[in-house]
Amino acid sequence: MNKLKFFMPVIGFIALAILLWRGLALDPKTLPSMLIDKPMPAFMLTTVEGSAVSNSDLPDQIFLLNVWGSYCLPCLIEHPTLMRLSEEGEIPVIGVNYRDRQDLAIEWLEDNGNPYAFSILDEDGRFGIDLGVYGAPETYLVDADGVIRFRKVSVIDERVWEEEFIPAIAELRAESDQPQ
Amino acid sequence: MIFLAAYNIQLRCVSVLSLLVLTVSLAVTPGASAQVDIFEFDTDEQQQRFRRLSNEFRCPMCQNTNLTGSTGGVAEDLRREIHRMIMEGMTNPEIEQFMFERYGDFIFYRPRLRANTILLWFGPPIFLLIGGFIAFGVWRRARTINPANVALNENQQARLKDLLGNKQ
Repeated sequence: MNKLKFFMPVIGFIALAILLWRGLALDPKTLPSMLIDKPMPAFMLTTVEGSAVSNSDLPDQIFLLNVWGSYCLPCLIEHPTLMRLSEEGEIPVIGVNYRDRQDLAIEWLEDNGNPYAFSILDEDGRFGIDLGVYGAPETYLVDADGVIRFRKVSVIDERVWEEEFIPAIAELRAESDQPQ
Repeated sequence: MIFLAAYNIQLRCVSVLSLLVLTVSLAVTPGASAQVDIFEFDTDEQQQRFRRLSNEFRCPMCQNTNLTGSTGGVAEDLRREIHRMIMEGMTNPEIEQFMFERYGDFIFYRPRLRANTILLWFGPPIFLLIGGFIAFGVWRRARTINPANVALNENQQARLKDLLGNKQ
């Protein structure tokens, strides 16, 4: 009993050290999304090219919703991955052109290539607020029912795709058992 | 950021005691608060609510800055949304709920009392209590030590004397 009492501070210290050590591994810049398992917020906007677009235009299969802007340098880093995914038909990619200018957005797509089935034009960032976006790039994984299931803040490159998105998509497919 | 920059300049000025530059930076500082004043309100009460709310919400992008002090894009948008909601007659709890639904507990400098924020709220008083109990225990034990128990009996006294005597 006395021995236990003697070691209490040591045990307490070790427990606290483990807790704080694990805390160091957390990235304070990655906030949990409030929209996980919630439906995509309603929108009635236009695409970057100018045609009307709303929730009914979203694919009725699992797709990526990628928040981008022509000012966003990390978006160029993930661009090749998005291009590959869309060219190989692995998954539809929808863009959200966040807080950008329409002419600059069109120019950016012409210069770098367009991986998006379409890009929702969100010049004033209002749709971004409904999504809980706090800066490009962010990527959401949306299921066939239009429910948001996963969010990645910052760049999605091949490694992030392999390690985070492929397992998440596999889980979604297993759960809904839908043929792709 | 403008405000921070001005503040930084002030700090540096104080350290080199350059009164001239201090005056300049003080003259610049009021410009930073103009950020709040680009919105128009019908009443002073609305404006005060706007100030209070944008002071209490945390900028999700710049972290550790409130919406008032942040020049981040999303902070700008959120200030505009707060202004819109105030003008539409929404109450403070409604505006707080709007923010919570989109950005979660992080947005509040004073997080709501929920299952996952309980430790945040009550952790410090709990640790204070534990510390208090330990301190009290130590104090009580120190007080109950009876001088009679500590004093040496005759045999011990004799032995002590003997030991000291041998040394001297």
